[in-house]
Amino acid sequence: MTEVSERIKDTIENEPVVLFMKGTPQFVMCGNSDRALRALREAGAPVTAVDVLPDPSIRQELQEVSGWPTIPQVFVKGELVGGADITQELAESGELRKILEDKLGPGYADGAEEQVVDVLSGTRA
Amino acid sequence: MAVEKLESLLRDAFPDAPALSVEDRTGGGDHFQVTVESPRFDGLPLLEQHRLVNDALAEPLRDGTIHELRIKTKGTT
Repeated sequence: MTEVSERIKDTIENEPVVLFMKGTPQFVMCGNSDRALRALREAGAPVTAVDVLPDPSIRQELQEVSGWPTIPQVFVKGELVGGADITQELAESGELRKILEDKLGPGYADGAEEQVVDVLSGTRA
Repeated sequence: MAVEKLESLLRDAFPDAPALSVEDRTGGGDHFQVTVESPRFDGLPLLEQHRLVNDALAEPLRDGTIHELRIKTKGTT
């Protein structure tokens, strides 16, 4: 297993909510990534973002791990929730909050902060 | 035309779909909105519904025909 693939798995397994996206929350580079991020923010989710754009290997390795072909991808507690459309639909129906509450506990939104993990170097900001 | 190709792939995967459409969202031939209503979705979670659509479009997703995909699925019950 490559280092990148290992970091992707680590991030999915250890962070409560992970968003693989094009760009970063500060500088979103794609409409679908933006929709997923907005849906997560509206639900108060503590988002850990991973930018897939810096290297094509990130996308390839992620697809191997998740079996999902498109970006963005949202994971809650290690489990794939879906892409932009699913995340948005779940947010609109109120189900996203329920999923977050069930998996992370009712206080999941308290002090929720966004962070960005760089899976190439392993650093976070 | 990409729209026709995607439509025919989806027809093959969802032959009994009462509603199925592919829209070129930007006119550029690579951003698509796909809408499928099918009994294959009945009882499946949203994630699995979308997975079936992704599977049907695996080739154009892989070869770059589809740059951006939006999916709307619906069961028949």
